[in-house]
Amino acid sequence: MLDIVVIFLLVSGLVFFTGGAVGILRLPDFYTRLHPAGKMDTLGSLLMVLAVALFNLHDFTWMQLITSLKIVLVVLFIFVLSPTATHAIVDAGVRAGLKPWTKKKE
Amino acid sequence: MELHTQIDSAHRPTREASASGAFRSRGSSRGLFPRILTFSILFCLWLVLSGQYDSFHITLGVISCAIVVIFSGDLLFPGAQIGGLIRLGFRLTAYVPWLLYQILLANFHILYVVLHPKMMDLIDPSIIRFQSMLKDELPLVIFANSITLTPGTITVYVSVDGEFQVHSIDKASGEPLPGEMEARIVKAFKED
Repeated sequence: MLDIVVIFLLVSGLVFFTGGAVGILRLPDFYTRLHPAGKMDTLGSLLMVLAVALFNLHDFTWMQLITSLKIVLVVLFIFVLSPTATHAIVDAGVRAGLKPWTKKKE
Repeated sequence: MELHTQIDSAHRPTREASASGAFRSRGSSRGLFPRILTFSILFCLWLVLSGQYDSFHITLGVISCAIVVIFSGDLLFPGAQIGGLIRLGFRLTAYVPWLLYQILLANFHILYVVLHPKMMDLIDPSIIRFQSMLKDELPLVIFANSITLTPGTITVYVSVDGEFQVHSIDKASGEPLPGEMEARIVKAFKED
């Protein structure tokens, strides 16, 4: 039962990571590429790291619980750090004077 | 697009200096409770991260946490009251599940856009400006990070008094801003 949940979390995390990678390759410019990079990586790593934390609880002991708590702490930090880092990268782009790509008006 | 004009005008040295001065004096004059809270948070973190529960390691933890609290105990909760903090904690925990749901929606939206064969027709990037009614630093930071995590929008720039520049990937995802998300954060931080 636990295995099914873990596998589901891992696969959905992989789907989001793949989407993020495809998005970085396909989108037209710096700013739009940051959309998949900032969002998909956050949710993807959230799901996958949670899966690892759950899988770690297979044989339930105190030390395993502590280890899982540490892993959950990693999720928490990613959650705060990822949007902040994305914002810092966007800001660097703006300060360097990069113009955002816009659709050509016909 | 003139993105830089507002960045330059937003650095107001006088205002920031006075704000940090008030911060210092307020923090050092009172507040045993924030220190105790900071100490307990640090010590819980120590217990989780160390994982060794003999008296030697716990004593080390108490000493290190005490030193940190003595030096920078007023950093985490400047001028906080007991009741306000607890209420704020409850409201923020009520906000987080909604945010998670929005993040899920955002990811499916981006996934759809990215994997769509005619992606270039779907996207229409633009920069949106708006004025937020949030005034304090913490709600502004939470709002900005929430914008970055939710559908099709990234915060480009926030000024100290709540001026936002947001990059949105298509027209539809930028329109609801500030909208419901800001209303929820205002509700979470409202003092009453």
